[in-house]
Amino acid sequence: MISAATFKYFIELFAVLLLALGIKGLSKVSSARKANRLASVAMALAAVGVLVSSLGGGGISPESWVWIIIGSGVGGLLGALTAQRVPMTAMPETVALFNGCGGMSSLLVAIGVALFPLEGSDALEKSFIESISIIISVFVGAITFSGSIVAMAKLQGWLSTPHWMQSKLRHGINIVFVVMSLVAAFELYRGGNTGLWLLVISSAFLGIGVTMPIGGADMPVVISLLNSYSGVAAAAAGFVMKSQLLIVAGAMVGAAGLILTQVMCKGMNRSLLSVLFGGALGVATSQEGNASNEYVNITSCTVEECALTMEAAERVVVVPGYGLAVAQAQHTLREVTRVLEAGGIEVSYAIHPVAGRMPGHMNVLLAEADVPYDQLKEMDVINPDFPATDVVLVLGANDVVNPQAKNDPTSPLYGMPVLDVQEARTVFVVKRGMSAGYSGIKNDLFELQNTSMVFGDAKKVLGDLLVELKELGVSGKG
Amino acid sequence: MFSFSEALWVLLLGSLLGLELIGKVPPTLHTPLMSGANAISGITMLAALTLIIKAGGNNYLLLMGSLALGFALFNVIGGFLVTDRMLAMFSRKTNRARGKRS
Repeated sequence: MISAATFKYFIELFAVLLLALGIKGLSKVSSARKANRLASVAMALAAVGVLVSSLGGGGISPESWVWIIIGSGVGGLLGALTAQRVPMTAMPETVALFNGCGGMSSLLVAIGVALFPLEGSDALEKSFIESISIIISVFVGAITFSGSIVAMAKLQGWLSTPHWMQSKLRHGINIVFVVMSLVAAFELYRGGNTGLWLLVISSAFLGIGVTMPIGGADMPVVISLLNSYSGVAAAAAGFVMKSQLLIVAGAMVGAAGLILTQVMCKGMNRSLLSVLFGGALGVATSQEGNASNEYVNITSCTVEECALTMEAAERVVVVPGYGLAVAQAQHTLREVTRVLEAGGIEVSYAIHPVAGRMPGHMNVLLAEADVPYDQLKEMDVINPDFPATDVVLVLGANDVVNPQAKNDPTSPLYGMPVLDVQEARTVFVVKRGMSAGYSGIKNDLFELQNTSMVFGDAKKVLGDLLVELKELGVSGKG
Repeated sequence: MFSFSEALWVLLLGSLLGLELIGKVPPTLHTPLMSGANAISGITMLAALTLIIKAGGNNYLLLMGSLALGFALFNVIGGFLVTDRMLAMFSRKTNRARGKRS
């Protein structure tokens, strides 16, 4: 007969193995779905392990059961409902919300342990290591929570960045919060509850102060980074609760999140430091360089002209971007491409690694709109095909199609991988106005002779285009 | 069972494993991977569970543990389900494309 502790030990070992295989599998398309299930099984197993070992150990009191059932029931139900209801376009803010709640959980656990003695441990006297673990858990947990909630609110459009937050002043304010956190940590270490609350407050404000000035396309990087933090918070909670499983799982997520963050930064040609500390850089350059950012020789055309050119084309490439995701026009786009395909026109989609509101987000959105997976072409695959393309339709993308990144070594974009749409015979750019892209840099593509601007909201333009194409009888051609 | 020095080794090796596991990820999978990893970070639900079990009748601890458990499970269950929803769309598409070709 094995003891409860041994049982838990082996269950945890097995759970770690499954979690590692799960993370590994999530990085391949063919195995991703299975891997995700594997990881969820691992989590369930680990929970069973804790419950069973406690039953065998000191037992679980009836009132503990009540609180376990209430907590897990409410949280689990809300989580399941949210996961099912949320639209695919809202994915970035959903991940941010979930992430914030994970951070909150670590924070609550650490506060609980800091305030009250647990059964089986002596009094409130804490060892050096225990205090440090609690401090880290509170600090990282609170930053993860407040930062994620701010990120979510910004992505939802509930919050915008106040102007003074983009000035240098914010660094000063954040430094004040860091110092406050350090003082609070020291106070907490000396055993004062005031220190604990001060630490909670100052680190929560630090999370807000760091996340608030970051905007636009950098947001996903921040979410990915906060995701990494929530792993660190879990690992710290593992030290607090003396659980090796928590430490391993937290460390794996923390490290994997960090790598993912770096991969995302590379796709945008940004360094992590400039995302974190230079959030306002893009805005600043666009304001200073206004004079040189004026466009000349812009050709604009009507939807009708656009439709006529498309009707005569043999090969059309669609470049979807952030603007398409914001306008939620992916379904209308699919209808347009259906008509084109019915007319015998070859359609494919060029997906830049950071297209959409989050890397890989565009693939999810187009998949939802029923676009066949094999029509989505990654940048390296489609770039050689542009010279043989008749029409490129750029929808709400800007920086990722800027030829400056290849041609102008003085451009801040220089070196960023871009789609070579200018090689195609005709380029239509659907855009609401002549405003700059996220980087605040002028796009040379718009001035090229083979480029025409179609002004308007992506969804509206696509709707009109659909009508025009149908009137031209494109779908009847094939 | 738990020694701090061993736990540090666990932390170190776990981090290295995490760095190695994510070698090459196609951009397609960045969003699902992020949300999947995010669900795993809800592993703090185990800490919350332990907190409730060891509360020893302290009502504050019970309440805090229950709240922590709720938040963590919101993260875990929501995270896994939403990841599955995203990945389901990919696999559906791949299957259909394969079906067409054959």
